[in-house]
Amino acid sequence: MLCKEIGLYPARIFLVVAIALVFPALLRPLRAQENPYFVAYDHNLEEPGNLEVEYFSTFGTQRAGNDFHSYWTELEYGVKAWWTTEFYLDAQSTFHDSTVYSGCKWENRFRVLQHEHWINPVLYAEFEDINGADKTLKEVVGHDTESDYATSNGETRREGKREIELKLILSSNTRGWNFSENIITEKNLSNEPWEFGYALAASRPLALKASAKRCTLCRQNFIVGAELYGGLGDRHSFGLHETSHYLAPVAGWNLPGGWTLRLSPGFGLNDNSHKFLLRWGISREISGFDQLVRHLFGAKS
Amino acid sequence: MKPAFVALLVSTMLLVISQSSANNGSGTHGSSGLQFHLGADTYAELGKAPAKAVNRTNPLENDPEAVAAGKLLFANHCAECHGEDAKGGRKGPSLRVSDVENATPGTLFWLLTNGVVRKKMPAWSKLPEPQRWQLVRFLKSRDRAAPADNATRP
Repeated sequence: MLCKEIGLYPARIFLVVAIALVFPALLRPLRAQENPYFVAYDHNLEEPGNLEVEYFSTFGTQRAGNDFHSYWTELEYGVKAWWTTEFYLDAQSTFHDSTVYSGCKWENRFRVLQHEHWINPVLYAEFEDINGADKTLKEVVGHDTESDYATSNGETRREGKREIELKLILSSNTRGWNFSENIITEKNLSNEPWEFGYALAASRPLALKASAKRCTLCRQNFIVGAELYGGLGDRHSFGLHETSHYLAPVAGWNLPGGWTLRLSPGFGLNDNSHKFLLRWGISREISGFDQLVRHLFGAKS
Repeated sequence: MKPAFVALLVSTMLLVISQSSANNGSGTHGSSGLQFHLGADTYAELGKAPAKAVNRTNPLENDPEAVAAGKLLFANHCAECHGEDAKGGRKGPSLRVSDVENATPGTLFWLLTNGVVRKKMPAWSKLPEPQRWQLVRFLKSRDRAAPADNATRP
């Protein structure tokens, strides 16, 4: 499996791929209009032919264990206006322990309805080939609790996991606000029950009208909001018992050149949650990536 | 295949792509000619706007900055497909044709909001409403990069 092969050289591969993928993006003048979310999804898909290269980090505190820093690279491509596909490479460093590659993921999002409605559904399907050392906390499901992350990397990296994750994304844009609700279900393909989770989010640009002049610090370029997410148990014990939940303010800054910066301090809402998560990320949208690739392989203008 | 070799291959490929892009510059945009394949129903979606949407008026009709702001928004979000002069690009049709110029502001706003997702035109509802109206103001204005040389459908 490619995921396993990549995992043989985690740090070098991660760095080289991340830098190399961001490098070609220094060329096209466009301004991305990205939401500031880290966990929740809205119904806005990637524009067809565009590639978005993203790097995200999460610093997490850990009681009865070592704090950690997890990070991942995402390659998000708009296949169609109604279909976006995304590939992830994940890794993490646990302080006083080690740095390990924790797996890869492939996700797809499909817009269900052609026109914009009050609520817009999007279907999400993801395959994960990860190991037990995964600490991205990209979603919280089932009975995920802080204590699950206290085990040393040496032990957890040996535990292979192949999972599928399905989401129903419901999202609305109204009066400048975006409201997103994600219903999450995940299954380890070994003999484990379906697990459930949720993510809710709202965000709004600081200004709704665009400025008539090019500017970087204009209020319209800043989007702020909040995310609330957590687990809902599994098929055998659905509910809030032994689950973890987080509330996280989020902020995004859309910069010239298609760059977007995101920042989010997250706070655990109960004793099963990490006390504090600090997430940040940088992304770059490369417009017309499909045309560039076609040109590279000899297609005529 | 060794992972290091895979990474090197990916890196090299992307660097070549970046170089290729640099060499082409803006040649893929704008006045490079109408390269989008026009089908008979290219502009048909405009006719599907519901009456309520068609009759909406632009709340920024009298905003003196709306056209300039819309022009910037167009350059940021639309020019990639429709060309910098809106005459059409590789992926999107010309917007300087009678079908578009005769469409009401409400119709254009409706199309921007909903997109034509079957035909690669994304829904732009992620832009706040005022920004979509600014884009409409720009599209309906005569303040384009060059005078229209093609007032009817090509």
